[in-house]
Amino acid sequence: MASKPRVKIPKSVSAGDVITIKTLIKHKMESGQRKDKEGNVIPRDIINHFEAAFNGNVVFSVDIDPAVSANPYIEFSSRISEAGTFVMKWTDDAGTVIETSKDIALKG
Amino acid sequence: MNRFLAPVAVAATSVLAVAAVTSMAVLAAPADDSLVIDGELEMSTRVAPIEGHPLPEVISGWHYRTEDTRALQQDSFDNPGMLGVEEGEEYWNKVEGTMGKSCASCHGDASESMVGVGASYPKWSEKLGKPINVELQINHCRVENMGAEPYKFDKGGQKPLTAFIKHQSQGLPVELNLEEGEMQQWWERGKETYYRRTGQLNLSCATCHEDNNGKYIRADHLSQGNVNGFPTYRLKQSNLISLHNRFRGCIRDTRAEYPAAFSDELMGLEVYTTWRGTGLSVETPAVRQ
Repeated sequence: MASKPRVKIPKSVSAGDVITIKTLIKHKMESGQRKDKEGNVIPRDIINHFEAAFNGNVVFSVDIDPAVSANPYIEFSSRISEAGTFVMKWTDDAGTVIETSKDIALKG
Repeated sequence: MNRFLAPVAVAATSVLAVAAVTSMAVLAAPADDSLVIDGELEMSTRVAPIEGHPLPEVISGWHYRTEDTRALQQDSFDNPGMLGVEEGEEYWNKVEGTMGKSCASCHGDASESMVGVGASYPKWSEKLGKPINVELQINHCRVENMGAEPYKFDKGGQKPLTAFIKHQSQGLPVELNLEEGEMQQWWERGKETYYRRTGQLNLSCATCHEDNNGKYIRADHLSQGNVNGFPTYRLKQSNLISLHNRFRGCIRDTRAEYPAAFSDELMGLEVYTTWRGTGLSVETPAVRQ
């Protein structure tokens, strides 16, 4: 069961600020290299792509490979010059997309 | 090739050996650091022992971990155990059982009603005639008040819900009431378990956690074995680990047969080990190796 991802982002910023965005999502990140008790390979099931878009423009994206451990933590920074909405998407091997969005306002 | 380099290698090795011994000595001591969560909540991780405690100072396992692991616990966002706590909150509000109730139906807002619970359990239960911990209290509530199935050990909502409830006491000092009922007898019983050597390796809890804490057992830095951070996020398992799971893991590592979770033997041990950590802040969810 995918639970809601955690995202830490300032609610309001001054125009031109560089902000740090932290994300954490619960996922087992099964590498595909392990075997079960019967010796069958446990199929790979990882989040293979993360993407963050601000007002529709992708500002950060990353392809993830099996070496990343469970519950991946992704941190990135972005310069914000206007108010708007961050939309973050995690895609896993099953094609499931987990999406969350956060609004940012300008100060003053 | 080593043959030609042998004399040089020997010299180099002895220099390294000196360096290694020095750095090991530095590494072996519990880290001189202070645990402040999110730069706000100051935690008591080094306290004076309660009367009757065999050690000169009671130290949280947090001090025995590496800098990176310690940092994870200092930020409640970075702490992966908080994923479990948030999951526990969902279980808190989930209606289950024949009576159509959730935990919240009776207990309301956990951030008010559950404060102090994690710091004072296990408690004496008159009804059961034995000490009861948070996990068993949850099951008791589920059966008696919700008409729901009790959680099996480490299954369903047991770990996240326990972590969520104990988390409400984060920062409060551990304090058990041994005056109630037969708590003193269970404390004695736990103490007996703590000092009894078991298994093919003939180890007791005290062998590692009292006599040798601060030293290394192979690559693992031995702590005092305080239980104030359970359920704990262990990086090794990338998951929350319950106290009774850890008890069983430790006993298994002595190559002994291990008792069932929530058995009288382990409940006694929970009472005794919790008492040993008296005064330490509840850290749930702690982050360990």
